[in-house]
Amino acid sequence: MIQAFAFYLFSAIVILSGALTILSRNPVHSVLWLILAFFNAAGLMVLVGAEFVAMLLVIVYVGAVAVLFLFVVMMLDIDFAELRSGFVRYGLFGLLIALVLVGEMIVAGGAWSAGSIELANRAAPVSADLSNIEAMGALIYTKYLYIFEAAGLVLLVAMIGAIVLTHRERKDTRPQNISDQVKRRPEDAVRNVNQPVGQGVEL
Amino acid sequence: MIGLQHYLVVSAILFVMGVLGIFINRKNIIIILMAVELILLAVNINLVAFSAYLGDLVGQVFAMFVLTVAAGEAAIGLAILVIYFRGRGTIAVDDVNRMKG
Repeated sequence: MIQAFAFYLFSAIVILSGALTILSRNPVHSVLWLILAFFNAAGLMVLVGAEFVAMLLVIVYVGAVAVLFLFVVMMLDIDFAELRSGFVRYGLFGLLIALVLVGEMIVAGGAWSAGSIELANRAAPVSADLSNIEAMGALIYTKYLYIFEAAGLVLLVAMIGAIVLTHRERKDTRPQNISDQVKRRPEDAVRNVNQPVGQGVEL
Repeated sequence: MIGLQHYLVVSAILFVMGVLGIFINRKNIIIILMAVELILLAVNINLVAFSAYLGDLVGQVFAMFVLTVAAGEAAIGLAILVIYFRGRGTIAVDDVNRMKG
């Protein structure tokens, strides 16, 4: 009973906030709705017992990706009103595409429920005596170790790529040059003069 | 009781909404990126639901990898967006022919 209530609550909020994400006028509101959608999707995943992926969703999406979106939206000075022109014209076309997709999904669902898919041998059956996180860890650090490493590599490449793309050498700053500063000796910098009386200093 | 179908319906609605979001916000690439995130979220819900109801943990492992790639994609996409904005002063993506180089 409580499960059904939680499911309907989470899924209603996911769908509502997903709709508001794509419909809001202000992109900052869009990002905030997206965060709400991620939270509730994490709730849906907790309901089926996938705690690890749910927590990953909260940490990675809400903690990193959504904050990145917020940074970019607030950092760039963008005229959003101008970007919304053509909303209706594109909307009709998009609605058509969406209807086609819904039809295809209904057909696929019908075909799927017509005959049951027998999974004769599961790749990694869920065992009852392990918690979700333990089971996931046992799986990704043994059987899927290389794929796991490749995922780490993907993240590394994404990080380096983002830095390389957005980094620029600025000409108007005066950064430290540590080795030059350390190499500098008093003889190079200081000059003692025996200054005669009544004359200006020549530099 | 909540069945697999319920989850599939939720994720299908979310997926279609993401596709619709790409189309109705054709010019605003930030919203397009968010719509892509919604689509990937729908895919993840699908994978996790199947994984839970079929009793096979591989679906969740795969959802984790999808999540990794989505995070990388968001980072690179936003980086490209930032340099695009720096060069043009707008993010309208009607004519990105410029990016042909």
